[in-house]
Amino acid sequence: MSQVAETSGAPAAPAPDASYDGLRLRNLTKSFGAFTAVDDLDLDVPRGSFFALLGPSGCGKTTTLRMVAGLETPTSGSITLAGQDITYAKPYKRPVNTVFQSYALFPHLDIHENVAFGLKRRKAKEVDAQVKEMLDLVELGVQARKRPTQLSGGQQQRVALARALINKPEVLLLDEPLGALDLKLRRSMQIELKRIQVDVGLTFIHVTHDQEEAMTMADTVAVMNQGVIEQMGSPADLYENPRSTFVANFLGQSNLIEGRITNRAADLVTVDMQGIGVSIPADRAHADGDMGWVGIRPEKVLIGEPGATLDAPGNTIPGGVISDVSFVGVSTQYLVRMPWGQEIQVFAQNTGRTRLFAQGESVELSWRPEYAFLLDHAQDATAGAQKDDA
Amino acid sequence: MTRRTGGLGYLLLAPAALWLVLFFVVPFYSLVATSLFDPAGSDFRGYEMTYHWQNYTDAVQEYWRPMLRSLWYGALATFFCLILGYVLAYAIAFKAGRWKNLMLVLVIAPFFTSFLVRTLSWKLILADDGWIVDTLQTLHLLGEDGRLLVTPFAVVMGLTYNFLPFMVLPLYASIDKIDHRLIEAAGDLYANPVVGFFKVTWPLSLPGVISGTLLTFIPASGDYINAQLLGGPNQRMVGGVIQSLFTDANDYPTAAALSVIMMVGIVAMVLVYVRRAGTEELL
Repeated sequence: MSQVAETSGAPAAPAPDASYDGLRLRNLTKSFGAFTAVDDLDLDVPRGSFFALLGPSGCGKTTTLRMVAGLETPTSGSITLAGQDITYAKPYKRPVNTVFQSYALFPHLDIHENVAFGLKRRKAKEVDAQVKEMLDLVELGVQARKRPTQLSGGQQQRVALARALINKPEVLLLDEPLGALDLKLRRSMQIELKRIQVDVGLTFIHVTHDQEEAMTMADTVAVMNQGVIEQMGSPADLYENPRSTFVANFLGQSNLIEGRITNRAADLVTVDMQGIGVSIPADRAHADGDMGWVGIRPEKVLIGEPGATLDAPGNTIPGGVISDVSFVGVSTQYLVRMPWGQEIQVFAQNTGRTRLFAQGESVELSWRPEYAFLLDHAQDATAGAQKDDA
Repeated sequence: MTRRTGGLGYLLLAPAALWLVLFFVVPFYSLVATSLFDPAGSDFRGYEMTYHWQNYTDAVQEYWRPMLRSLWYGALATFFCLILGYVLAYAIAFKAGRWKNLMLVLVIAPFFTSFLVRTLSWKLILADDGWIVDTLQTLHLLGEDGRLLVTPFAVVMGLTYNFLPFMVLPLYASIDKIDHRLIEAAGDLYANPVVGFFKVTWPLSLPGVISGTLLTFIPASGDYINAQLLGGPNQRMVGGVIQSLFTDANDYPTAAALSVIMMVGIVAMVLVYVRRAGTEELL
């Protein structure tokens, strides 16, 4: 399964296209012995975009990045950059730079020399002036003569960024660049990175396992799982209309409820969900066969007393009992046990218009059909669910 | 640190300090004293302390050739050890994979036989009627009466062979510690492998280069076994001179003066070397 960024507008072509000015991967495969890290990957990254490769560890995203950098040789397939085939080009001959996860700053050189490294190798002119300017951009001008070990993690991260960015590469690769930073610093660096990307207008490919990071920074997110791209699109697109259970669970949280498809009309699919008829717009139904998973995001579910009229005409599911309540300030998170035994997550905004419900109360749930989605029943309903940072 | 833990520190230092006093300070004092004895004395009649500084100028005048030769041979052997040892250490650290430990054991393996026996075997290998000389003569790389034994080549080769492990081990320790991602980063930043080596790998391995060259140069320049077994009178090194002055000529003052000159000279050279190569480039 593979997809092409919708922004490119071009269908997947089997051969590299010389007219495409971005980064294009075709049938890219990398095997380590019997293990296939990247499996027949097709990907188009438009020039000047901030592109995120998102996936759990071991999904092949770092291997993909390393192949683009030239640090791994593909088993098969091709990589073209602005129409030029760079599949087997040596790393030092590619107009691509990497911000490494571990930063990989040269410990025997000071900050200035670290940042100047790439320019000096290419015999650039006015190296010192350029380095100064770049260090000012990342606000490290006064630290120029320090060694990397004398800097904090966030400062080292900025040196690594400056060292790559100063070469003005066609594509800047970022391999989990914020992974080692604490949460607060990570948030401010995310904003900083995005600002720099807009300023310099380079293509950034950002590899991360942090879905929030990918969604806040990137124009286009590709969700990768087990060596293939599950889905690609804008962050809002992926979140609102996931096409697989993996994406539904990996990006945010989803309630997935088993249902039998009773009718497929041109614009509406009707599903018998545990005895209740619900409808889903046809462009949000991604299920083959008779069965499917009806998906709904917890914040799209409305909660009310039995018989109350909720502002969500369409799908009403009675008979719920509140089994858990967590009040988190801006919202209240409920777990509602349904008659068929499943617990449904509901996030209710604390607008003050509805009262808080207590554990054990009977409630009725409802959602607008246009927010629901239907996923293939053959997929694992728990795929991609995060245990660590939900 | 409080005074009490300081006291404990001194207590822990005591065995080492005692050892140094007994086996370094006392013999060194004795050596310096001997170097200032009246050279007219002898083992039988005993020596008189006359602060005879002329022993030093006499020693230099008489033996400056073997002294310089020692430094020169030591430097050559160190240079060859560095070239061979670096390649070997680099290969073990980065390319050996699961053979790493076996290769390290093989580097140390020669130590299981005596230094003397190994050097004597080289004497047999390089002998005038040995197969190496025969082969070289057949190939006309060596003249009809050309030989390998009793040449500077044989002595420097012997030194290189004998001290190679002292170079390889510290080099390996240094190179093995280098983060491979730094070399990848150099490649990513437009450094081809050769430039990457000289800009990243080499500077990061300098601690090993410095300790390896010291561990090789100091004993190699003081060695006399290789010169004695593989060389002739024209390849005599200062260690051989000192040994024969002590044991054959019974000229203790001159022998002691030579020892002190070599010792001070090498310590001074090492200090300059470490200052220049060390503090600036090392972490």
